[in-house]
Amino acid sequence: MAVGPEDVMHVAQLARLGLDEHRLERLVRELSGILAHMEVLAAVDPNEYANLDDGRLGSAPMRPDSGPPLPMAAGPETFAPEMSDGFFLVPRLETHEDGEEGA
Amino acid sequence: MNDRYEMVVGLEVHVQLKTRTKAFCGCSTDFGAPPNQNTCPVCLALPGTLPVLNAEAVELAVRAALGLGCHVHHRSVFARKNYFYPDLPKGYQISQFDQPLATQGKLAVARSDGSLLEVGITRLHLEEDAGKSIHDRYPGRTAVDLNRCGVPLIEIVSEPDMRTPEEAGAYLRELKRIMEYLEVSDANMEEGSLRVDANISVRPRGSSRLGTKTEIKNMNSFANVERALATEFQRQVTLLESGGRVVQQTMLWDAQRGEVRPARSKEESHDYRYFPEPDLPPLVLEDAWVSAIRASLPELPAAKRQRFARQYSLPSYDIEVLTASRKLADYFEATAAAHGDAKAAANWIMGELLAQLNSRGLALEELSVPPSRLAALLDLVRSGTVSHSAAKRIFALMIEGGEEPSVIAEREGLLQVGDETQLLAWIDEVFAENPEEARRFAAGERKLLGVLVGLVMKKSKGRADPRKVNQLIAARLSV
Amino acid sequence: MTLDGLLELPARSLAAAVRDGRVKARDIASAAVERAAQVGAGREKLNLVLAMDEDLLRRETEAVDRAVSAGHPPGALAGVPVAIKDNIATLHLPTTCASRILEGYISPYEATAVARLRSAGALLFAKTNMDEFAMGSSTEYSAFGPARNPLDPQRVPGGSSGGSAAIVAAGVVRVALGSETGGSVRQPAAFCGVVGIKPTYGRVSRHGLVAFASSLDQIGVIGRSVDDAALGLQVIAGHDPLDSTSENRPVPDYRQAADWPLRGMVVGRPREYFPPNLDPRIRERCEAAFDALRSLGAVVRDVSLPHTELSIPVYYIIAPAEASSNLARYDGVRYGLRIVGDGLRRMYEATRSQGFGPEVTRRILLGTYVLSAGYYEAYYKKAMGVRRLIAEDFRRAFASGVDVLLTPTTPTPAFPLGSIEAPYEMYLSDIFTVTANLAGIPGMSVPFGRVDGLPVGVQILAPHFEELRMLAVGYALERVATEQEAQERRG
Ligand SMILES: [Mg+2]
Ligand SMILES: [Zn+2]
Repeated sequence: MAVGPEDVMHVAQLARLGLDEHRLERLVRELSGILAHMEVLAAVDPNEYANLDDGRLGSAPMRPDSGPPLPMAAGPETFAPEMSDGFFLVPRLETHEDGEEGA
Repeated sequence: MNDRYEMVVGLEVHVQLKTRTKAFCGCSTDFGAPPNQNTCPVCLALPGTLPVLNAEAVELAVRAALGLGCHVHHRSVFARKNYFYPDLPKGYQISQFDQPLATQGKLAVARSDGSLLEVGITRLHLEEDAGKSIHDRYPGRTAVDLNRCGVPLIEIVSEPDMRTPEEAGAYLRELKRIMEYLEVSDANMEEGSLRVDANISVRPRGSSRLGTKTEIKNMNSFANVERALATEFQRQVTLLESGGRVVQQTMLWDAQRGEVRPARSKEESHDYRYFPEPDLPPLVLEDAWVSAIRASLPELPAAKRQRFARQYSLPSYDIEVLTASRKLADYFEATAAAHGDAKAAANWIMGELLAQLNSRGLALEELSVPPSRLAALLDLVRSGTVSHSAAKRIFALMIEGGEEPSVIAEREGLLQVGDETQLLAWIDEVFAENPEEARRFAAGERKLLGVLVGLVMKKSKGRADPRKVNQLIAARLSV
Repeated sequence: MTLDGLLELPARSLAAAVRDGRVKARDIASAAVERAAQVGAGREKLNLVLAMDEDLLRRETEAVDRAVSAGHPPGALAGVPVAIKDNIATLHLPTTCASRILEGYISPYEATAVARLRSAGALLFAKTNMDEFAMGSSTEYSAFGPARNPLDPQRVPGGSSGGSAAIVAAGVVRVALGSETGGSVRQPAAFCGVVGIKPTYGRVSRHGLVAFASSLDQIGVIGRSVDDAALGLQVIAGHDPLDSTSENRPVPDYRQAADWPLRGMVVGRPREYFPPNLDPRIRERCEAAFDALRSLGAVVRDVSLPHTELSIPVYYIIAPAEASSNLARYDGVRYGLRIVGDGLRRMYEATRSQGFGPEVTRRILLGTYVLSAGYYEAYYKKAMGVRRLIAEDFRRAFASGVDVLLTPTTPTPAFPLGSIEAPYEMYLSDIFTVTANLAGIPGMSVPFGRVDGLPVGVQILAPHFEELRMLAVGYALERVATEQEAQERRG
């Protein structure tokens, strides 16, 4: 299936990737090219695999409800781009421009 | 509410599970730590980290599911719900999607007229909480605290079976009570350990078609859920009656203004791109294990209410109060068993005990009076050894000192006086001190009996046996 | 012994010598540092190393030497320098995944595999270059410049574990860790003429391996010889409670495989791996391998894995889908690169578009697309279904009495830098390797001769957790190849 600029723009927005015009055009071509090779899958009849297990037979292992957590050799302040009073800081969310409380 | 339209409400409730550590890492779930103190490489989503499931979270979720009569699936699958938000460090929430932990439950709630409403539970699944974003602390900045991030939650989705705000409120209160009975959660909406989103639509009465729904968020108490539903119902009805159409959108409840308004729209529609979480194999629960949990469930509120009615013949108001919490119900039962008179025990607990807890700001489990000791006090009242009013004083002293009621009664001189010679001496004194009343009473003014008995009680500092005083004074009337 | 001579010792002998006190870890480390400089492992020439810290190395060697003199010699890799692919978390040395978005990032915890190496006495020699986030097959997609093949610097070392394979091939270290998602250990091992093992999914903990596609990722080992690789695997394999997909079953002594007789072993020759258009020189090397195994008493049997041709489309749906989610955490909020934009949304978009290179961007977009509403069923769900068919192909082949499969590792030998431009053409260099990742089975590449002076690898595939069987064939082929090379040199 070929994708158009709107499709690529849409997924770029979902993935929070900023794309300029030039890059967009190129990506439309590349992704369409790659997706064309995926077409062969459409020919496979789902009944062929319907009765095969998904290979994930085990059960999720569980840990006891106790610590300690995995230790850290250095705290977030050593790698965080911006922190204050222990909080990570980011530019204020567009939906909270007036700074009201709420998540 | 409205003759022509009815509301259709379904609720999505998130309940925080009472575990010591988070769902997928060993960090503490304690509340109130300094920002980002309860974090580790896993819940900070550092590169290369992986989730490992907390067994207790699974057990609590299964208890909750069984308590709501759900079918617990042998195999359920964790899925990633993908979206960007600064308090969601991995960029996805580990949740469950097309193969949830449990489905097909039900919850019966009593309407105000006493009839029962059965609300279907569509599904119950296990997921992790996000962190907290604070928008009003730093100018131009959102501050992110990830202490809550990864705390285990269950999401309980109901069928759209409720038709009034009161029904929604009753559902939520009963759900909260069940969560508390099961000890899976504190289920406190004000503290955020129980959160409610409401889906509401309206339709002409008699129609079975569903209208376009909106989702209301940001409600922080059951009362506010009810107010928000009533408000949104009115808004949708007004819209329809003026020829408009309801738009499917998220609404925010503003408790201060008592209004709902559309959430500022995100720039795009949601597309969570769910897919099975590859870092966690499916959750497989052995039938025997689930059965063992089922067998260990405590009696739930509805069953307890029925049994109380049968076993103690209490009025429904009493039952409602006494079963509000499992601990209170247990306390009542132990007291009633030790004392023998269930109604007396119920009266004392609903009256004096709750009043004392309330005025002292105590929780029941902080009370130093065990049921056996309260029963001993009630025994003293029944046998006439202490008066009811003396018993109240004794009870207060029991809470403070933790001694046996008989010891306190003796020490404080609160044993009831039934000795006739002493009683007659007090009565004579009262009659002598109040000649006018005494004369009128003797002349047949019967209504003065209470006043005279009261004066004798006062003279005896509450120790006189009121029943006997009553008899002795009444005898002077006819003489 | 000369310092260079030390590096020519098998890792097992080297560690034994260190434990006996015959050789100092310090001398091995110096030899490796010298060798690295000699071959130009650094940025200016082969560009194999992204991080190295000689002070740290010195501290590690001192600790090993001290332990030996104190009579507590460390374990199986005492004093053996090991290189680590840069997507495996190490304390002290940065873990960047060769990406701008993690430039300078130092992990505050270390991967289980690294912790096990260190407690076995290994020296963490360097972090190696790779394709950004392990997405690539040539190590040209590193944000810090392409790595080059030490056998021919105009050619790629393969990828994505190109730095690890090349630094072993250059004789700097005997053992290196790489990671596999679709062939990223076996393919560069083949291109560089060294041994590469991709263990069974779940054999080695992924804790600390920066995720690309979680259901496919597995840490692998690159060795100068089969035994070097087997020893590395021995140390890192085993259950880890920090990885829910790690399997709790005993780890056999892999060295046993060195002496396993091959008589009666059934070696499958899957016809789909020998298509008519296969490079005849590659085909010839595989036929030579079959002949060698026959001469050792093995039986070669033709088998069919009918869904093989679907593996690349399946892989390039599932891997990007998982990657799009795994890479969402690089958002500039808690660590790594942040490009300030106007508001949060712009910060995300600027950080991620400038932090990720073109191939990573392509795969995130592709993965987001195949998971998005309206396409999930046709792409992702379908691919997951066909993935089962691919796994079933293997299950049936092995159930039919075939012990191992032998195939080419790659369709071509190492190609020149810059020669492949179209993304999908690059994807095809994994055509023979991705199936093992999709099925979760172990695979290894063993060098088996050369064409036009370039090494060729043959691939051995085995059923889940049957690494021993696979290694037995690897050891045998290696002996044959060594003999043939010696003969060629003589004759
Ligand atoms: Mg939820
Ligand atoms: Zn944590």
